[in-house]
Amino acid sequence: MIRRWLPYPLLSAALFAGWLMLTGDLSAGHLLLAAVLGAAIPRISAPFLEHLPRVRSPSAALRLLLRVTWDIVIANVAVSRLVLGPTGRLAPVFLHVPLALSNPQSTALFASIITMTPGTVSAVIDTENRELLVHALDCRDPDALIAEIKERYEKPLLEIFGC
Amino acid sequence: MMNTATALEWLVALMLLVGSFFTLVGAIGLVRLPDFFMRLHAPTKATTLGVGGMLLASIAYSVNHGVSLHELLITLFLFVTAPVSASLLAKAALRLRLKSRAPLPEDPASGH
Amino acid sequence: MLNLAINIAFCAIGLAMLLCLVRLVRGPDAADRILALDTLYINAIALLIVLGIRMASAVYFEAALLIALMGFVATVALARYLERGNIME
Repeated sequence: MIRRWLPYPLLSAALFAGWLMLTGDLSAGHLLLAAVLGAAIPRISAPFLEHLPRVRSPSAALRLLLRVTWDIVIANVAVSRLVLGPTGRLAPVFLHVPLALSNPQSTALFASIITMTPGTVSAVIDTENRELLVHALDCRDPDALIAEIKERYEKPLLEIFGC
Repeated sequence: MMNTATALEWLVALMLLVGSFFTLVGAIGLVRLPDFFMRLHAPTKATTLGVGGMLLASIAYSVNHGVSLHELLITLFLFVTAPVSASLLAKAALRLRLKSRAPLPEDPASGH
Repeated sequence: MLNLAINIAFCAIGLAMLLCLVRLVRGPDAADRILALDTLYINAIALLIVLGIRMASAVYFEAALLIALMGFVATVALARYLERGNIME
């Protein structure tokens, strides 16, 4: 029943909260409008959301969110030191990160996480060769960095979405 | 009551300083780093901790002053869009084969 | 205390925007200039958030939200143009 009326409950909740944040108004009218938008938009756009992966493990998602937030802080400090220090010594490198994820949305999330944790920017999602092209700002041991990225972010994503 | 208000004010000030520091570091990186792909790292930093710090300051401030949660929306938007624009710029630079200290990969057009 | 921090933030962001302008003028490639513009609009958003705290007003957030939307679309359009030589296919 719930699946029928709210095929994507998380998306609906996000739309509901997003509308209320945008208007900054908790009156009955806006609550109703937010509820209508949250219910209607996922239903109308369902044909485009066919391959949207479902969250299987909310606890793993929460853990990944905390880990990424923490990593952003730590890595920012480390990269600030690199940027302010002598730049001649930096050893940038392009990494080819092989993908275990297959779903386009979870792959895009993986690539975004890599970009948002400073020190690495994902450049190209290569769906043919199933790999990410990642530029690292300063990396002495590419294989170790690839293994670390896969272990820290891809494994939790596999656990959350399963694909 | 006075104490929590003062503590909050300190928190706002601290977050502002953290945010502006990282914003500045991002811009310094943009000028100092030697090639385009290395410079690409600078805006990602400015968005993450720079605007993130401002956001926390703004939220801590609004606890006392009742301002809306718009900043959260803006920051979420930036977090979603920054990787997309970084990736598009990197793709364009790979296609143009810009000068890079890191050896460029063999087939730059492999994204499509 | 808060006023001092706000002033320091204004100075830091202003300096950051000047540095973005340096990169915008120096280039050397179009991609560098787009990147400078991208960083510039993000700094403008940070500036507006601080201004919102300073003025205790929500008006600036509307402006910041608009800049975020426009800036992103502009960066995407410019980057695609650079990559393919056209925007629409």
